[in-house]
Amino acid sequence: MFDIDIWQEIFATIKKNKMRTFLTGFSVAWGIFMLMILLGSGNGLSNGVSENFMSDAINGMWLWSGETSKPYKGMKEERQIKFTNDDYKTLKSLPGIEKTSGRYYIGGNIFSYKNEYGNYTAITCHPDLQDVESIKIVKGRFINEIDIKKTRKSVVLGKDIYDALFKKEEAIGKYVKINNIPFKVVGICKESGGTKHRNAYLPVSTGQKVFNGSNRIHSFALTINATSLKESQAIETQVRETLARKHRFDATDKSALGSYNKLEDVLQTMKIFQAINIFIWIIGIGTLIAGVVGVSNIMLIIVKERTKEIGIRKAIGASPGSVIGLIMLESVLITTVAGYIGLVLGAGLMEGVNFIVEQQYAASAATNGGQGDTFFRNPTVDLNIAMLATLMLVIAGTFAGYIPAKRAAKIKPIEALRDE
Amino acid sequence: MMISLKNIHKSYVTGNNSLHVLKGIDLEIEQGEFVSIMGSSGSGKSTLLNILGILDNYDEGSYHLNGTLVKNMSEKRAAKLRNELVGFVFQSFNLISFKNAMENVALPLYYQGVSRKKRNKIALEYLDKMGLLEWAEHMPNEMSGGQKQRVAIARSLISKPKIIFADEPTGALDTATSYEVMEIMKQINADGITVILVTHEHDIAAMTHKIIRLNDGVIAEIIKNGDLKEWKQQYANEVEIG
Repeated sequence: MFDIDIWQEIFATIKKNKMRTFLTGFSVAWGIFMLMILLGSGNGLSNGVSENFMSDAINGMWLWSGETSKPYKGMKEERQIKFTNDDYKTLKSLPGIEKTSGRYYIGGNIFSYKNEYGNYTAITCHPDLQDVESIKIVKGRFINEIDIKKTRKSVVLGKDIYDALFKKEEAIGKYVKINNIPFKVVGICKESGGTKHRNAYLPVSTGQKVFNGSNRIHSFALTINATSLKESQAIETQVRETLARKHRFDATDKSALGSYNKLEDVLQTMKIFQAINIFIWIIGIGTLIAGVVGVSNIMLIIVKERTKEIGIRKAIGASPGSVIGLIMLESVLITTVAGYIGLVLGAGLMEGVNFIVEQQYAASAATNGGQGDTFFRNPTVDLNIAMLATLMLVIAGTFAGYIPAKRAAKIKPIEALRDE
Repeated sequence: MMISLKNIHKSYVTGNNSLHVLKGIDLEIEQGEFVSIMGSSGSGKSTLLNILGILDNYDEGSYHLNGTLVKNMSEKRAAKLRNELVGFVFQSFNLISFKNAMENVALPLYYQGVSRKKRNKIALEYLDKMGLLEWAEHMPNEMSGGQKQRVAIARSLISKPKIIFADEPTGALDTATSYEVMEIMKQINADGITVILVTHEHDIAAMTHKIIRLNDGVIAEIIKNGDLKEWKQQYANEVEIG
């Protein structure tokens, strides 16, 4: 097999029949090229969407109160539902709930430090919010239990706020004014999955105290302990029912209690992507099979065309094995080389697309207040799949060559050499 | 004994029809003989040559080639035997069109596992013997019929065979070239190689030492060297009458 003469024989044949070889190889190269583009695009779409999801914990759940829209136990609709610190405790103790954070909305939100000021969002929260919204600490720390208990005037600034107000000056331990009330900076943070970091985080207890909120809470952010759609829906129902009983409204009233269950979305979307992925493989392999059948077909014609030559070879001493080897190796060589070219071109194209996508993402992030357009990210095919595809090519080449080679081996010298 | 045939029968079956081509051939050919096989078309001469050259099987009888019984051989074994013992020369030359003269001549040695460098060197020697050294790098389609046939003869000789089988070697050549080719055949035979050729041209056959005339699948007569002149006369008469 590694006899150099066999390769010389094959290369000589290929060299003498360049056009034929090119056309044979093209179908396979095209098949692999398409497979790479399809897989790359599928990955890109999937990566883009999952990146959007990753901005918060995928098992997150959000609850917010509103007005009832259905009469309940003799009470009229349009009744305002109000959450309190007591509900926070209730939720925290419910089974299936991992992290809990309440938020009290405060208005205004003008931040100032020395002569610098700006309008940003102040979010009051419990320490658990860091996990629910995947907040990354750049410097210092996040809000902790002591801040909550002692209603300390602590604040964690988003990176953008820090950049705008402090201009690279040390900020930890300094005081910023929020609506003219001084808060001590304890940390600087970034939100994951975005390029915008314009939120500041305060202890919820401080927010209620300083901004006249008494014990009022407007919304909750939770993470739940669920892996399947069914589990997560069960927990959601339980949460709704618990709060409904407490505040006396219909548990199915979406207006009284708004809720968003992220896992449900994630699981459903992932299911779609799995389906898309399977679909892509089916199309890709189908294209590849078409290419392989093409090679097989052309090899059959080649054998037919070379009947006389094979007859001559056999007459002067070629064994059937050497004829099979000749045809099979030619087939494997053409498929592998052509396929590899397709692979490299396809992967190269997707890398190029990736480059452009990243540039556009950065550009759109810059103009779009920091939030990039992320439905398509990193549309590349990973190395393992490329290796798998290469292996598949060799096997495909063997398949493509097998039937023609068998036929070539069956050629009888006398029939081949018979003068027409 | 180089070739020994006993009661060889061969039929070709196509669908429901069976064509009995060879109907009991008994033949012995010694080492170093120069034999021609003649006969009208359909007399079975090509079939006989194919069986002799292990290119085809026979149905009945026995065939010993150089002491080896050739019967129901595996293709691999037959290929090896052909490669070692036999050289072929064909009417239509049967050179491989995308290989140059030297590569064509060297091909049998490739199947013997001789290295490329060595076999090309030997091929050049044989081309030189045929007076075609300067044509070594030329492709078959750049050569005349006589040159192509000489390349084919060089190819048949390169594996140092004991027998050369030639199927109408002059069939595609003009008279002058035919005689040149026959001169080469004579020289090959003079070197001790058994030469068996099929022809329908009596002047070509007359250059050999023994003529085997086939008629309807059996040997009609065998004419030996001394009788050739007489036979030639008789054959000419037959042609005239015909």
